[in-house]
Amino acid sequence: MHLLEIVPAVPASGLFSLAWLVIAIPLACAALLIVLGKRSDGWGHLLATVATIASFAIGLLLFVQMLSADEGSRAVSVPLYEWIATGSWSIEAGLLVDQLSILFVLLITGVGALIHIYSIGYMAHDANRRKFFAYLNLFVAAMLILVLADNYLVLFLGWEGVGLASYLLIGFWAHKPSAAAAGVKAFVVNRVGDLGMAMAIFTMLAMFGSSAFADVNAGAPQLSGTWATLLGIMLLVGACAKSAQVPLQSWLLDAMEGPTPVSALIHAATMVTAGVYLVVRSHAIYAMSDVATLAVAIVGTVTLLAGAWIGSSKDDIKKVLAGSTMSQIGYMMLAAGLGPVGAAFAIFHLITHGFFKANMFLGAGSVMHGMNDEVDMRNFGGLAKAMRITFLTFGAGYLAIIGFPFTAGFYSKDHIVEAAFESNTVLGVLALLGAGVTAYYMTRLMVMTFFGARRWKDDAHPHESPLTMTVPLIVLGVLSLVAGLFMNSWIQGWLAPATGGEVHETEVFSLALIPLLTLAVVIVGVAVGWFLHRGDIPRTAPVTKNPLVLAGRSDLYGDALNEYAVVRPVKGLVAGTEAFDHGVVDGLVMGSASMAGGLGSWLRRAQNGYVRTYGLTFVIGVVALAAVVVFGQLV
Amino acid sequence: MITAPTIEWLLLSPLLVLLGGAALGVLVEALVPRASRYLAQVFLASLSIIAALALTITNWVSAEPTIAAMGSIALDRPAYLFWTLLLLFGLGSLALFAERSLGNGQSAFASSAATVPGSPLEREADRLHREHTEIFPLLLFSLFGMLMFAAANDLLTLFVALEVFSLPLYLLCGMARRRRLLSQEAALKYFLLGALSSGFLLYGIAMLYGYSGGFHLHEIADAITAGTGSNSLLLAGIVLVGVGVLFKLGAVPFHSWTPDVYTGAPTPVTAFMAVATKTAAVAALLRVFFVALGGARWDWQPMFAVVAVATMLVGSVIGLVQSDIKRLLAYSSIAHAGFLLVGVVGVVAAGEGVALSSVSSIGFYLLAYGLATLGAFAIVTMVRRSGGEANNISSWRGLGRTNPLAAGLMTLFLLSFAGIPLTGGFVGKLVVFASAWDGGYGWLVLVAVVFSLVAAFFYLKIVVAMWFSEPVEGETAEVGTPSAWTWGVLVVATLGTIILGLVPGGVLDLAGTAGQFIR
Repeated sequence: MHLLEIVPAVPASGLFSLAWLVIAIPLACAALLIVLGKRSDGWGHLLATVATIASFAIGLLLFVQMLSADEGSRAVSVPLYEWIATGSWSIEAGLLVDQLSILFVLLITGVGALIHIYSIGYMAHDANRRKFFAYLNLFVAAMLILVLADNYLVLFLGWEGVGLASYLLIGFWAHKPSAAAAGVKAFVVNRVGDLGMAMAIFTMLAMFGSSAFADVNAGAPQLSGTWATLLGIMLLVGACAKSAQVPLQSWLLDAMEGPTPVSALIHAATMVTAGVYLVVRSHAIYAMSDVATLAVAIVGTVTLLAGAWIGSSKDDIKKVLAGSTMSQIGYMMLAAGLGPVGAAFAIFHLITHGFFKANMFLGAGSVMHGMNDEVDMRNFGGLAKAMRITFLTFGAGYLAIIGFPFTAGFYSKDHIVEAAFESNTVLGVLALLGAGVTAYYMTRLMVMTFFGARRWKDDAHPHESPLTMTVPLIVLGVLSLVAGLFMNSWIQGWLAPATGGEVHETEVFSLALIPLLTLAVVIVGVAVGWFLHRGDIPRTAPVTKNPLVLAGRSDLYGDALNEYAVVRPVKGLVAGTEAFDHGVVDGLVMGSASMAGGLGSWLRRAQNGYVRTYGLTFVIGVVALAAVVVFGQLV
Repeated sequence: MITAPTIEWLLLSPLLVLLGGAALGVLVEALVPRASRYLAQVFLASLSIIAALALTITNWVSAEPTIAAMGSIALDRPAYLFWTLLLLFGLGSLALFAERSLGNGQSAFASSAATVPGSPLEREADRLHREHTEIFPLLLFSLFGMLMFAAANDLLTLFVALEVFSLPLYLLCGMARRRRLLSQEAALKYFLLGALSSGFLLYGIAMLYGYSGGFHLHEIADAITAGTGSNSLLLAGIVLVGVGVLFKLGAVPFHSWTPDVYTGAPTPVTAFMAVATKTAAVAALLRVFFVALGGARWDWQPMFAVVAVATMLVGSVIGLVQSDIKRLLAYSSIAHAGFLLVGVVGVVAAGEGVALSSVSSIGFYLLAYGLATLGAFAIVTMVRRSGGEANNISSWRGLGRTNPLAAGLMTLFLLSFAGIPLTGGFVGKLVVFASAWDGGYGWLVLVAVVFSLVAAFFYLKIVVAMWFSEPVEGETAEVGTPSAWTWGVLVVATLGTIILGLVPGGVLDLAGTAGQFIR
C-alpha cells in the first residue's frame, strides 16, 4: 500500500497565532456566566450564542486562509506554553490547526451556534436557561480543545472536559431521578474509556518520551507489532466509551434524558464522534497493527447493526434517533478501521451525519415542543400538516440518512459500504444490511410521527415552533441535502495529508454494482417500513414474544451485560476486600480468643477487642511481609 | 579524653527555632494570664514556623549539603525539600488549629480535656470558656520531631525523632470538643498501636546494628557493600524497620488505625496527621531505604511493591463504601500512601534519560496532595449542623445549591485527589508513575493507574451528593463563616492546586534540584 508522505506542521503566524481565541471565547463566556450567576440571567443566553458565533467566524477565517495556502503549509502548529517539563521529557501544550481539525472546528462551532440559537427558543421557559448556556459553552470549549490539541495529553484534557459537560447536561434536569441516574451512568461508563486513554498516553510517554502527535507519528513505524496492537486496543477502548460503541454503548440511550438540544449537539453531532476522531488521528499507530485495525472495523460493524436493531424496536422518538446515532457512528468506526482508504470517508460521514442527525434531533425537539414533551411515537401521527417546517426539514434529514441519491448520506455512506466490500466481503455485506435496516427504522419513524391517523393525547395542540427554532432547522435541512454533493469530490484530497490516506477517484453518480445494490436494499427497507406501519398503530406497544423485538426494546441487554461483567465483580471485590479486612482477621482473633478465655467475655470487651484485632492485623502483616522477602530470596 | 561535639548551629537553626518556640510556649502556658494566652501562643507558634521556614530556605539556597551534628542529621537537598513541605503543612495546620469563628469563639478542641465527658466539671469548663492553648506548643514539638525524622542520619536519631513527633500527636488526637469518647478512644488506639510499631522499629534497628555494627546510615550501606554480615539479620532488619515506618505512613496492612483515628481526632489534627505525618514518614522511608539499604534494594523492592498494591486496593476499594466524610478521606489518604509507595519502589536516581528522581517526584506529589488535603479538611470543618461538624455524606447533599463556593472548592480538591487533568494531583500522579516506570516497575504503574481510576469514584460520590442531589430539609448542613485563618488555608490550597496543575514547571524544576541524598 502506498502512503502519502505526512506533511509536517509549520509554525503559526498571522491569524493562526490567534487560533487559541477559538477556544478561549466560549470558555471565558462559560466562566463569566457561572461566576455572575443570576445577574446574567437576562442576557446570558445571548452572550453565549454570540460567543459561539464568534468562534465560528474565527474558524471560518482560518479555514479560508488555509484554503488559499499551498498544500505543504496548511497544517499549522500553535505552541501555547510548556505544560510539564521534567528532565528528559517535556509536554508542550499546543494547538494543531490542520486539514482534519479545522473541519471539526467548523462542525463544532457551526452546528454549535445553530443549536445555541435553537436553544434560545427551546429553553425559553426553563428557570435555569443561563446555566444551560454556560454548560453548552463549556462543552464547546472542551470539544475544541479535544480536536485542536497537538498532543494526546492535551486531547485527554478536552476528552475529560466534554465528559464533564456531557455529564452536567444529561443530568441538567436533575430533579428527574432518571436524568440524574443517566448522568452518573454516562460518567461511569466513560471512566472505563478513560482508563484506556490513560494507559495509552502513559505507554506513549514511556515509548516515545512525548505524547505529541508529531512525535508519536514519527515514532510509530519503529513500534513492534505487539506494542502497536496494545496501543491500538487501548485507544479503541477509549474511543468505544466516548462514541458509544459496543460493548460500552449502554450509556447513550439513557443520555437522552438530557434536554433535546444537548442530544443534538453532544450525543449526535460532536462529542460522540470523538472516538472516530481519535482513531483517525492515531492512524500511524493503526497502520502498524492489522489486529488493532481489524478490531476497530469489527467493533464498528457490530455497533452499526446493534444500533439499527435497537432503533427498529423503540417507540421513544429520541431513543430511535439515539440507536441510529450509535449505528451511524458504527459506520464511521468501520470506515476508520479500513485503514487509510477509509479514514477520509469516516470523517466525511461524520460531518454529514453531524448535519442530518443534529437536524433530526432538533426536529424531534420541535415535535416534542409542540406536543407537551411527549416522546412516544405511538401518540404522534399526522403531524406533517400540523408542523409543516419541522416535517419538511425532518424529511430532508430522513432522505440524507437513508442515502437517497444526491443527498448528503448518499455519498458518505455509499463510500463506506464500497470500501468495506473492497476490504472484506463479510464486512461489506453487513454494512449493506445495516443500510437496509436504517431505511426501515427511519421510515417507521417518519410514518409513525408525521403520517397516518392522529393519535394525539387529548391535551395536545401541536403547533409550529418559533423562528429561533425553525431557522436552525432550515439551515441544517438544506445542509443535509446538499453538503454531500459539495464535499464529495473534494474531501479526500483535502484530508489526505493529515490522515495519510490515498485519493480514490469518486464520481457524482456511478452505475457500478455496489451503489445500485445499496440503493435496492434501501428501497426494500423503505418499502417494508411503510408497509408494516401504514395501517393502525396501537396506542400501547403490543405484547410480543418475538425475541428480536424484546431484545431491541431492552437495549440488547446492555445493562444486564454491564451488571454481570462490571457491576457485580466490582461489588464482589469490595465485599471481598472488606470481608478480608474485617471478617477474616476478626475471625482469627475470635478463634484464638475463644480458645483463651471464652467467646462471651471477649465479646463484652469488644472495645478492647478492636485494638487487639488491629494489633493482630499488624502482626500478621509483619509475618506476610517477612514471607514476601524470604520468598524473594528463594526465587 | 572527651572532645566537645561540634554542632553546626546555623545549619540546624530551623530545628532549634521550632524547639525553642515550643519550649517558650510551655512557659507562656505557665506565666501569661489566661485571657491573653491564645493570642500569645498563636503568635509565638506562627512566628516560630515562619522563622524556621525562612531559615530552611536560606540554608537550601546557600549551604552546601552536609552531615551535621556529629553525623546524626543529614542536611542535604532532599532534607531541605521535605523540611520546606513540612513547615508549609505545619503552618496550614496551625491556621486550622487557631480557627475559632466556626464554633462561635470556641476552637475544635475540648475546653478541658482532663474532665470526664458529660461530667459537671466539663460543663463548668465549657461555661467558663476555658480552652487548651497547649495545643500550639504540642504542634510545634510534633513538627520539630517530624523535621528531625525526615533528616535523621542514624537510626537512633530516627527512633527518638519518631517518638518526639508521635507523643504530642497521641495527645492531640484525644482532645476533640465534640464526640469526646470517640476522640479519646482514637487517641488510645493510636497510642497502643503506635507503641507496638515502635517496638518493631526498635527491634529492626537492633537487627541492623547486629548486621553492620553501626547506627549510621552510611555504616549500614558500607556493610551491605562489603557483604560480610549475616544475611538473615539484614533481612529481618529490613522488614522490621520497614514496618515501623509503614505504620506511620498508614500503609496496608498497618493501616487499621487510620480510619478510626482520623474520624475520632479533632479535624485540624486529622489534617495535620494526613499531610505532615505522611510527609515525614515518606521522607524517612526514602532516606533509610535509599541511603542505608540501597545496596539491598532487590530484597526490599518486591516487599514495597506488594504493600503498595495492597494499600491502593484497600484504600480505593473500601473507600467506595464509606458514608462518613472523614472516614472517606482517611481511606483516601491510605490510597495516596499506596501511590506514594509506587514512587518509592522505582528507586530512580536523577540522571540521563530520567524524568525526575524518585525523591523529586515524591516531593512534588506530596505538595499537591498536601495542599488538596489541607483544603478538603478546611471545608470539612466549615460544613456544620447543630453546632458540630456534619460529617455524614447525607448532610452534604445539595451543598452545591446552598453554598456553591464551598462545594466548588471541595470539588476542586476532590478532583485533585482523583488526579483529573489541570489539577496538581494529576501532574503529581504523572511524575510519580513516570519515575516508577523509569525504575522498571511498569506493571506496578498499570495497577496504580487502574486504582487511581477506581479511587476517582469515591471522590465523585461526594461531588454527586453536593451537586446532583436535592438539599434535604433538616438534614443538609449549613456552611459556617470561618475567620481569616481558614480562608488563608483555602486560598493557598486553591491557588496551589490550580497552579500546580496549570503551570507546574517552576515547582517541578525546584523539586528536580532536590536530586539525591548524601551519605
